[in-house]
Amino acid sequence: MELLTNQILAGIATGAIYACMALAVVMIYQAIDHLNFAQGEMAMFSTFVAWQLMQWGLSYWAAFVAAVALSFVGGIVIERLLFKPLAKAPILTNVAGFIALFAIINSSAGLIWDFTIKQFPTPFGSSPFLGSQLISTHQAGMIGVTLVLLILLFFFFRFTRIGLAMRAAAALPESARLVGINTSWMIALGWGMAAAIGSIAGMLIAPVVFLEPNMMGGVLIYGFAAAVLGGLTSPFGAVIGGFLVGIFENLAGTYIPGVGNELKLPIALALIIVVLVVKPAGLFGRPIVKRV
Amino acid sequence: MSAVQEVVTEAPVVDAVPKRAMTLGFGTSLFVLALLLVVPIFAKNFIIFQLTMLLIYALAVMALNILTGSSGQFSLGQSAFYAVGAYSSAILMEHANINYALTLPISGVICFAFGYLFGKPALRLSGVYLALATFALATAMPQLLKLNVFEPWTGGVQGLVVDKPDAPFGLPMSQDTWLYYFTLLVSVAIYIFSVNLLKSRSGRAFMAIRDNEIAASAMGIDVALYKTLAFGVSAGITGVAGALGAIAVQFVAPDSYTITLAISLFLGMVVGGVGWLPGSIVGSAFIIFVPNIAEGISKGLSGAVFGVLLFLVIFLMPHGARQMAMLGQQLIGKLRK
Repeated sequence: MELLTNQILAGIATGAIYACMALAVVMIYQAIDHLNFAQGEMAMFSTFVAWQLMQWGLSYWAAFVAAVALSFVGGIVIERLLFKPLAKAPILTNVAGFIALFAIINSSAGLIWDFTIKQFPTPFGSSPFLGSQLISTHQAGMIGVTLVLLILLFFFFRFTRIGLAMRAAAALPESARLVGINTSWMIALGWGMAAAIGSIAGMLIAPVVFLEPNMMGGVLIYGFAAAVLGGLTSPFGAVIGGFLVGIFENLAGTYIPGVGNELKLPIALALIIVVLVVKPAGLFGRPIVKRV
Repeated sequence: MSAVQEVVTEAPVVDAVPKRAMTLGFGTSLFVLALLLVVPIFAKNFIIFQLTMLLIYALAVMALNILTGSSGQFSLGQSAFYAVGAYSSAILMEHANINYALTLPISGVICFAFGYLFGKPALRLSGVYLALATFALATAMPQLLKLNVFEPWTGGVQGLVVDKPDAPFGLPMSQDTWLYYFTLLVSVAIYIFSVNLLKSRSGRAFMAIRDNEIAASAMGIDVALYKTLAFGVSAGITGVAGALGAIAVQFVAPDSYTITLAISLFLGMVVGGVGWLPGSIVGSAFIIFVPNIAEGISKGLSGAVFGVLLFLVIFLMPHGARQMAMLGQQLIGKLRK
């Protein structure tokens, strides 16, 4: 029994990473209606920027704020420069664009900061949390930040004019344009916010997985899986999905014999697919009814 | 969120491409075929090998094109079908001593069955969800091939070595040249099969499902049957491509068939033009040659150069090579007047 609770706790701790990433994924999905494959690389790049700023002598929080702000601007710039011209192109062409962006960011980060592993500091410390060996204060802090972000986003989308405008632009672009919403800029704003949230996720994840250009590879896959599991239309679902995927993965690794680190990912994904076959819109997503 | 959001007139994922626009005219086809027949006479062995791989990837891209471009289903799992085809062929050749040419149809049938069965649970999923499911298949496949249980057949992490066939009937050509012509023969046969498939009743059913699933079922099309069938056909063709790939490379190993391969095939489809079968060969050329060109321009930044080139291509031709071909057609039409 103790093994089970311990594994669940450890699962929640890793799940916090996935939840962070999934939240960023859902954010951009809400704004642009696509999954952005380059999201993880954007977060990695932001984290490197923060690291570089700290190397230049800024304090942690100054670097943190600067990195989030720069990512927000960077996200908007990427959208304006690269994806606005593709707005009318087919969806699959956009997806190819994401893959190209992925390759560009990954390779330039490798060239600027090379591929050696770097330490990234944590503001929360890494002593055991409430006497538990499994969750450190950093991981608890990460869970806390994720939840705070979630609440802030909820308020933003629910109670601000601009949040409402963003929702309208994503749901029914034509009608939104008719009531005077600048949908094109709403998309850019969505990119900016997703990049900013991604940078926060990256800076929280980096102390755990260490900083290097490929650090997001695994995390992003789990983040996608979590977002899809929770339902792509629901930020809350994405966070829950993140924790569930973390727990799934740990329990599968412990209890199914013959599952090493290598098979953890396929088994977690297989479980998610089983869930999706039963509930095709994810656990908390709402099915979209199409008009014929 | 709001009630409005629940009823959305969604744009279809794939543009509706009329059947006529999915193939090449008879004259153009003959010209391309003649070009493909003549080129190896003037090329070195390594170039011939690359051309063989070009045809093989073109087959795999075309298989994805049939699935996505005509039936509207998206797959990131093509590398898994490719791997199954390659392994089936290699195992049959190594352990059962079956002739390489005979392993191709067997691999095709095995992959067809595999794809058809995979298509069953995938029926309930579409769009991103289907992408994730097929993605899971692609990431699982290399790990499954490494499992100890299968090691006596698959050779585990080491993989299997395959012999390259000699030209039959004492034909005076090198192994590479023979393999090229053999691949060309198989590719042309499969291309003709695919074009005819899309012209048939089943092909029309695929396209009806792509354009509107609900309307298609209202017209009496068995949506479940045709969707799984599309998966099966696509997997079968990918399997044949995989088998040819195994023979050409003379080696199969789990790590040659990762998700990277599936992503390359996807890029090939986009560059070639979604839903335009002849574009597959253009797309295949892109995924074979452009990474080499990028490496040639800058070693350290090869990924970035590749990304920039890809952006250039999709900026100039968002609809892939199909757009180019149509522009060309219009120009010729104007000149004739």
